[in-house]
Amino acid sequence: MSKSLTWRSAIALLAILVAVVYLVPSITGKVPAWWSNILPKDKIRLGLDLQGGMHLVLEVQAAKAIENHLERVVDEMKGDLREDKVRYVLLKRQGLDGITITLMRSKDETVFRDMVAAGYPDFSVESMPEQNGRPVFQLVLDPKAKIQIMKMAVEQALETIRNRIDQFGVSEPDIRPQEDNRLLIQLPGIKDSKRAIALIGKTALLEFKLVDEENSIQEALKGNIPPGDEILYQVSVDRETGHERKTPFLLKKRTALTGEYLTDARVQIDSRYNEPYVSISFDARGARLFEQVTGQNIKKRLAIVLDGKVNSAPVIQDKISGGKAQITGRYTTDEARDLAIVLRAGALPAPVKIIEERTVGPSLGKDSIEKGFKSMLIGGIIVIIFMVIYYGLSGAIADLALLLNILFIMAGLAFFSATLTLPGIAGIILTIGMSVDANVLIFERIREEIRLGKTPRTAIEGGYAKALVTILDAQLTTLIVALVLFQFGTGPVRGFAVTLSIGIVASLFTAIFLTRIIFDYLYVKRNVKRLSI
Amino acid sequence: MQFIKPGINVNFIGKRNIAFVFSGLMILATIVLLMWRGGPNYGVDFSGGVLVQVKMAQKTSPAEIKKALRVVDLDDSIVQEFGEAGQFEYLIRIRKTEVELSTLGDRVEQALNTAFGKNVEIRRVEMVGPKVGKDLRQKALFAIFYSILFIAIYISGRFELKWLMSIIMAICLAFVVYITSGFGVSVTWLIVIALIVTLTLCLFLNLKYALGAIIAIIHDVVITMGFFALTEREISLSIIAAFLTIVGYSLNDTIIVFDRIRENLRRFRRKPFEETMNQSINETLSRTILTSGTTLIVILALYVLGGGVIHDFAFALLVGVVVGTYSSVFVASPILLIWEGRFGKKGQKKA
Repeated sequence: MSKSLTWRSAIALLAILVAVVYLVPSITGKVPAWWSNILPKDKIRLGLDLQGGMHLVLEVQAAKAIENHLERVVDEMKGDLREDKVRYVLLKRQGLDGITITLMRSKDETVFRDMVAAGYPDFSVESMPEQNGRPVFQLVLDPKAKIQIMKMAVEQALETIRNRIDQFGVSEPDIRPQEDNRLLIQLPGIKDSKRAIALIGKTALLEFKLVDEENSIQEALKGNIPPGDEILYQVSVDRETGHERKTPFLLKKRTALTGEYLTDARVQIDSRYNEPYVSISFDARGARLFEQVTGQNIKKRLAIVLDGKVNSAPVIQDKISGGKAQITGRYTTDEARDLAIVLRAGALPAPVKIIEERTVGPSLGKDSIEKGFKSMLIGGIIVIIFMVIYYGLSGAIADLALLLNILFIMAGLAFFSATLTLPGIAGIILTIGMSVDANVLIFERIREEIRLGKTPRTAIEGGYAKALVTILDAQLTTLIVALVLFQFGTGPVRGFAVTLSIGIVASLFTAIFLTRIIFDYLYVKRNVKRLSI
Repeated sequence: MQFIKPGINVNFIGKRNIAFVFSGLMILATIVLLMWRGGPNYGVDFSGGVLVQVKMAQKTSPAEIKKALRVVDLDDSIVQEFGEAGQFEYLIRIRKTEVELSTLGDRVEQALNTAFGKNVEIRRVEMVGPKVGKDLRQKALFAIFYSILFIAIYISGRFELKWLMSIIMAICLAFVVYITSGFGVSVTWLIVIALIVTLTLCLFLNLKYALGAIIAIIHDVVITMGFFALTEREISLSIIAAFLTIVGYSLNDTIIVFDRIRENLRRFRRKPFEETMNQSINETLSRTILTSGTTLIVILALYVLGGGVIHDFAFALLVGVVVGTYSSVFVASPILLIWEGRFGKKGQKKA
């Protein structure tokens, strides 16, 4: 008996030691270098509801990615058809399904079919009823390719947003894909939520378009938009009054150059007006294109369009070589800095929509921690005192188990690098109430045994043996609930499930294994005659 | 020290009819209340919308805040005082879902800043799009449903060694859920159907312990929902977590009584079932009261001191623990007895 007691004590001490080791980084805040080399260095992470921060769920408008893809294919196909000398009457995107094309001559059909088979394997050609004797075809995008495009769009959006956030400088951001083309973003400790949303949610599609100087904008505004043109607006907001002013521009639809050739974007300060602007540099191909466009259009205006809004439309003074340009606007330093970040990180493949946002200010988080721990402390102390009054020395033993249980929950959180949330603290508090349950069950059984006239030693043995099955049944079912909760819950709810699960397992260890060691030591080894229970 | 004297013998089972009437009335009241209110009062987590928690520098009233929100067309939102007195905190709930939600928080901030000066602190913003709200609602209902299902399997397996039966039940249920969800039935009805099927299967497969435990669980959750409706509290994600905790707690209590019943049935084979049952409840009474007591102490501490964010959560647990304790004595066990009396005559003779 005493041999097994030594062994059990050793295991218990080892468990406590391991728990303490896991907790040291969370308590001291920083650990010395030698420590982090050999010992665990993970801290208990606080959830957004406790440390403040932002939780966002974005939906990538993946349909838009398909639309963009189809538009690109239409452009590409126009070039290919020209090369193959196939003439067409109509070639355009058909919703999200594919592309419709009406050829000029029936004899081109085979050439056209061969071209599609060779160059556009994702499409199948379907013949439609002829129109005025001209063959009509529908190019249907393969559903598998469609799914692939959407998947790519989500992955690319995730990467781009991760880049932006990294450059913005948030410590320990958590960005992960979810089902239904959604992205989950958690930014702990962020203060300016509005700015973060603007940074993350911006598509940042940068385009350079020539201003149509031949046609009049007035005429276009009346509805007579010349073919190949479009009207886009410059929106300027007055800082003082918040009043919006919209200036229309008549632009060539064709994009001369896009932001995909960007290699760098930096904030610079205009020395004359002391205003920040963003200077951008293109790669070799972009620089060549830029040189070409500017060279051919001297004295004309080139509009810089960001996400469908005209940013500025400066007059091209001379051919610009070297691949550098400036984006000006009446930016604040923060705005310019954020614009540089999104341009550097690149455009999103499709727009995103914020479908869930939860922001907790840092002061509320601090409040929640304080109040949570205060109620834990007070509730815990009352329970501890109550147990001693009700069960005497045995109650004190149960209290020790309770305290160790809290220690193990905390260590468990550090071990799994789980997140402690406000409902998580509630979970610990609940565990305090419920972990004494196991000991109550055992103690009540021991009392029953003693009433039957048994000695302390046999009463303890009988009590533990009989209560064990019940405790296991009760705790296991609660564990089932906690695990289901973990599986289905998100964020704070998950934190609750984590502390509850760890608490249940820890309470089995402390309430059954640890207390038994003390009981055996007192009433078997030291042979104390009177059982205080 | 002892609260409950050993050898106590209260005739709990004898009072089962009173208990049934009481429970029945509570459940009926809940259903009537919910119907009258037009369904549970879902928070923004489930209904979609925006919730803003603001802290003002000086005392104002919800009416004044509403007036300030008129500028941005949000005066139809619900404004409530929140948290402790003297903190000047208010909750603003906007139930609109058809407008662009992601800017609503900013608009609230702007409007309040113009009306009250720059002393407004936005402490928390929760915006949930309608689609997400629907998803979360589904997830929550499924969570409750699955936990009940797994529990039914575990209890039947553990208490009656009917693992095979319980797995058959699980398969049947999965099948029924699969078929009905194919018809596009809403999740709420799906859960109701699934629960009815579960209970029927429990009846037919002789899974009496599971039957008792599940009825007790449903009883507890429904009544807690009733209290929520009565006090006009909202059901949010964390409240669902509280409901599931109640499921766990109620079960904990029920199982401990069941365990004793099973043990005593083996020990006193001659005694009538009713008497054994009563004896078991009395023997575990001390534990039942003690554990409920300690659990209630800590939850009460959380309720009083935990702050506004956790207030409703603690309230749910408070009600749930009380009802759960009551149901393990007055609901779960009597159902076992009724079942035994009506269907289990043969089984009793064999035992």
